[in-house]
Amino acid sequence: MSEPANTAPTDPRPAAGPDWQPRIIGFLCYWCSYTGADMAGTARMKYPPNVDIIRVMCSGRIDPELVTTAFARGADGVLVCGCHIGDCHYITGNHKTMARMPLLKRILLDMGIEPERFRHEWVSAAEGEKFSKLVAELTEQVRRLGPLDWPGLMRARGVGHGMDLKAWGE
Amino acid sequence: MSTNPNNAAPVAKLKIAKYWAASCGGCDISLLEIGPNLLELIKIADVVFWPCAADFKYEDVRNYPDGYIDLCFYNGGIRNSEQEEVARLLRRKSKSLIAYGQCAVDGGIPALANLKTVKGIFNASYHDNPSIDNPAGVEPQPVTPSEYGDLEIPRFYPQVLRLKDVVPVDYEIPGCPPQSDRVWEAILALAGGQVPLQNRNVKVACYDKAVCDECKLEKRNVRIKEFKRVHTSIPEPGWCLLEQGYLCVGPATRSGCGALCPAAGMPCEGCYGPAGDVVDQGTAMVSAIASMLDARTEEQAQELIDQIADPTGTFYRFTLASSHLKARK
Repeated sequence: MSEPANTAPTDPRPAAGPDWQPRIIGFLCYWCSYTGADMAGTARMKYPPNVDIIRVMCSGRIDPELVTTAFARGADGVLVCGCHIGDCHYITGNHKTMARMPLLKRILLDMGIEPERFRHEWVSAAEGEKFSKLVAELTEQVRRLGPLDWPGLMRARGVGHGMDLKAWGE
Repeated sequence: MSTNPNNAAPVAKLKIAKYWAASCGGCDISLLEIGPNLLELIKIADVVFWPCAADFKYEDVRNYPDGYIDLCFYNGGIRNSEQEEVARLLRRKSKSLIAYGQCAVDGGIPALANLKTVKGIFNASYHDNPSIDNPAGVEPQPVTPSEYGDLEIPRFYPQVLRLKDVVPVDYEIPGCPPQSDRVWEAILALAGGQVPLQNRNVKVACYDKAVCDECKLEKRNVRIKEFKRVHTSIPEPGWCLLEQGYLCVGPATRSGCGALCPAAGMPCEGCYGPAGDVVDQGTAMVSAIASMLDARTEEQAQELIDQIADPTGTFYRFTLASSHLKARK
């Protein structure tokens, strides 16, 4: 695997500026949370369209690397949802998630990413309403914090192969 | 360059160079650690630049024709403008540029400074520290006017970068420091023409698998009940340190060292960087450790996680500049 570039070249949405809208990546497990989100849709509940949902088979599959990659490539927030503890289709998949995400949260905090940008919740297949409220709440939190724009931050510091580096204070 | 009086015909010898940037100097020592093989090295190669061991100036390197150096070992990350300038210079003058040691490959220990802002680093270095006496609050300035003209010092960059962030790199030798016998094998392979001098970020002198693969300690399939630290308790010999609760980064670390630390009762610190195709060592370790906890509820998991003293510093100890996020906001 070659190293991914720290940019999001194909996304036309502005990463910052007056037209900015929060960009949130949602990792949802197939069996509960994705079905819950689907339920919110079929029940025609209204919630902000800012979460780009990525379906995974189990929340235990969500490597913390996926979350840091999302931030590094320009996400303003990340949402991770899985089955409630005890409801996992694979018995203990979400037991791994329940330990990984709080640990990851501490790392994100050290990297200067506000804790409100990262949310980890259990959403069952019946909890469409919980999901819609969750998305509305998270979007509002991220909107208040403003753009994160990690690729822009790295570009401004001149980080990247062959780029001219800007010294601090120039 | 060199003439050997014992040889009638001049031998085409390799030209090697070594440079240190943001690093501790241990990499220079590790090259000397090849021991008697140094005599073999001198038979096949001439040193044309090595600030730690030989008296060459930057000017000498500038006067070499492009591509003059065959093997150039660059250890250390890029912290300031001097290191970047020399990296670009050596890239131009070298056929093969090799990132030597963990600082050049993944940022290493100096890259832990990426967890702080430049303001914070300057504050700790020049103002707010018990050992500092600086009532005037003086900070080094990039340019200082003097009667002899402007004096310049290297400019400080906002974060530590890897060598390959600045110039294309042919080979990477990970490790802090790289193990000398592996290094010697790599040098022989490069010098003997068994591998091409030009390549792109190929890791050599190491294996793809994790340190656990080389580790001799016994796995008992026990889950972690509490986290311990080496300065507060003594591990049971022969038993996997991670299972005993010592934060061993072996599962997320590339092998090649021979699992020396766990064999001596010290948890792996992760100095060979991420194993295999993994890019981000820290999150790989988060993933590994979280699936080993003896926790059935969220509260139990949280309680165990709170016992980990410094997850970022421990899991990214040698690879912060290679992580996805690279530095603090």
